[in-house]
Amino acid sequence: MNIIVLVKQVPDTSEVKINRETNTLIRDGVPSIINPFDMFAIEEALRLREQHGGKVTAVTMGPPQAADALKETVAMGVDEVVLLSDRAFAGADTWATSYTLAQGIKKLGAYDLVIAGKQAIDGDTAQVGPETADMLGIPFIAYIKKIEAIAGGKMTVERMMDDGYDVVESSLPALITVVKEINQPRLPSLKGKMKAKNLKVTTLTAKDINADENLLGLKGSPTKVVRIFPPAPRGQREILSGTIEQQVDQVVKKLKEQSLV
Amino acid sequence: MDYLLTEDQIMIRDLARQIAVEKIVPVRAELDEQNKFPTDIMKAMAQADLFGIYIPEEYGGLGKKSFELYIAIEEISKACLGVSTSYAANALGTYPILLHGSDAQKKKYLPNIASGKHLAAFGLTEANAGSDASGVQTTAKLEGNEYVLNGTKQWITNGGEAQIYTVIAITDKSKGARGASCFIVEKGTPGFTFGKKENKMGIRASSTTELIFNNCRIPKENLIAREGMGFIVAMKTLDCSRAGVGAQGVGVAQGAIDECIKFAKGRVQFGQPITSFQAIQHMLADMQTQTEAARALVYSAARMMDSGAKDFSRASAMAKLFATDTGMKVTTDAVQIMGGSGYMKEYPVEKMMRDAKILQIYEGTNQIQRNVIALDMIKEASRQK
Ligand SMILES: Cc1cc2nc3c(=O)[nH]c(=O)nc-3n(C[C@H](O)[C@H](O)[C@H](O)COP(=O)(O)OP(=O)(O)OC[C@H]3O[C@@H](n4cnc5c(N)ncnc54)[C@H](O)[C@@H]3O)c2cc1C
Ligand SMILES: Cc1cc2nc3c(=O)[nH]c(=O)nc-3n(C[C@H](O)[C@H](O)[C@H](O)COP(=O)(O)OP(=O)(O)OC[C@H]3O[C@@H](n4cnc5c(N)ncnc54)[C@H](O)[C@@H]3O)c2cc1C
Repeated sequence: MNIIVLVKQVPDTSEVKINRETNTLIRDGVPSIINPFDMFAIEEALRLREQHGGKVTAVTMGPPQAADALKETVAMGVDEVVLLSDRAFAGADTWATSYTLAQGIKKLGAYDLVIAGKQAIDGDTAQVGPETADMLGIPFIAYIKKIEAIAGGKMTVERMMDDGYDVVESSLPALITVVKEINQPRLPSLKGKMKAKNLKVTTLTAKDINADENLLGLKGSPTKVVRIFPPAPRGQREILSGTIEQQVDQVVKKLKEQSLV
Repeated sequence: MDYLLTEDQIMIRDLARQIAVEKIVPVRAELDEQNKFPTDIMKAMAQADLFGIYIPEEYGGLGKKSFELYIAIEEISKACLGVSTSYAANALGTYPILLHGSDAQKKKYLPNIASGKHLAAFGLTEANAGSDASGVQTTAKLEGNEYVLNGTKQWITNGGEAQIYTVIAITDKSKGARGASCFIVEKGTPGFTFGKKENKMGIRASSTTELIFNNCRIPKENLIAREGMGFIVAMKTLDCSRAGVGAQGVGVAQGAIDECIKFAKGRVQFGQPITSFQAIQHMLADMQTQTEAARALVYSAARMMDSGAKDFSRASAMAKLFATDTGMKVTTDAVQIMGGSGYMKEYPVEKMMRDAKILQIYEGTNQIQRNVIALDMIKEASRQK
């Protein structure tokens, strides 16, 4: 099986600050990690390879330092990595990101399955998976919590729903996004880390992936961010102090005062 | 203290530490309480390649040496000596093959050990052969193309869990210590069973059982080295692994210090944190200084071994002796600094103190280490005369 994993490098905290003038994230000085949901995608790809043989390729679109995220995937056991990096990609919204990823994937040749995370912890839109599938013209299934079977050019998966799960069958190739229930990501291995240490990450530019520059980056992004703001706090709040016991007593007293208990 | 570790050594340390923190610390109390072998943790360690550190690359390992192995043992021991004993005893069981095995034996067994697919164990001790290993009564008799083993090994770490056992048995009683030989026995061989799992004071996550041989037939090829080499194989094996027990002592000592200083900073008596009392400060200073000295001794023994020195019995005995006495002392002091809390199972130091005790006993008691060191000193002195 040829499996492609989409990996995004994200800041290591959900509390990144926002530049009030440009309404964009201030990423300077914040350490980067692999988007946590993408770790499940990597793990699932590695498990499928262990069962069915083949190869796992991790792809990311990002600045040159996103190569670090790719090296981490190699430390976990990923076979090959591709960094899509070009000034022309900067400022991409989910649409332009997905276009870039789809063009990159097309360049990689035949594949059976693309796995992405459910969503990125920074952008949080959960749009890149479905959009990329659409641009590749392949089936898309979201929120996979289990791959039941893969055989004969088909797969059966369990899609997580609010009130249970659906069992879905799809032809291959397809693109799925995975939820954390699907597995427990492994730690890196020493051999993987040593391989990663000496790895030169392959970088593909806009030209390499035959991209139409009008569809890339800011220029190719139909989304315009009008305003980004933290929602105003609602209602009156009071923060209690003292030992846990004292705080519990206060809560109980207040609830009684307001006849809530 | 900076030991000028290489990039690869730092990588090994950090990954072992990550496993310790993420996989071991959260479950160590439960493993201890339930006497439970850490199967999942061993799997995670296998996947991370920790079992292959000291095994040559041609047999699927990373081709590093004792130093790198000890770094990993130290990190795991900070979190749990039960887990680190299971891990270190695997190396103990592997050394006879690694040091004295034939190429065919290495090819057959080492790759599965390096990948962590198979765990190994070392069987020397018996009811009548503890400190005095020459008391071994298990026999191996050559019959055609097979050796037939009879006898019982006692207190064997990884018993029941391991796939591969390196076992010392007597092939020629008339030759005394020169009549012992070392064999590889695989789990599942007819006539090879396990006694009950021991209920221990500490390192309860590790499995300790009897190995029972009852007309157990193994192929002749499973003899390591030659007949009569058994004790030499055993002694060389222990020379290599003993300093690793020292690394366990360093690890548990550091683990206890890290826990108790965290606690002490927050514990207020007489209106001030107990760390403001000089009596506590001096204990902490001694604990860290002793631990650092132990670490330096273990690391120097490892570097001596790895440099290709021929005889390092004294160095590894000193490393084991000092670092494990330190492990016992420092964990005891950590409980003392934490007072009643230190004695409670809510905190990890009571387990560390119970666990640390074994380090002064197994792989040669610390009395025996002193014998080894002193005899070597005397031998040297009489050579110099
Ligand atoms: C108008 C606009 C302007 C923006 N400008 C910038 C900017 O200037 N700089 C900037 O850094 N961000 C910018 N962003 C954010 C950026 O577009 C998104 O972070 C990106 O498109 C991914 O969307 P998401 O984070 O919501 O991912 P999701 O759709 O939530 O991610 C789902 C999954 O898709 C995959 N995936 C997502 N992104 C990538 C990727 N890059 N490579 C590989 N796989 C991926 C992962 O598997 C991930 O788990 C902008 C967004 C908008 C809307
Ligand atoms: C949890 C555990 C795990 C073990 N794992 C293994 C294993 O994997 N493989 C294996 O082969 N063995 C293993 N052992 C056995 C261990 O190595 C022995 O227990 C140890 O060597 C001591 O032997 P003994 O217990 O018979 O003590 P004894 O030899 O009976 O000693 C009793 C006391 O007498 C002292 N003593 C004995 N002789 C002398 C002397 N000449 N001079 C001074 N003092 C002396 C000892 O220091 C000790 O204090 C394990 C033991 C335990 C408890």
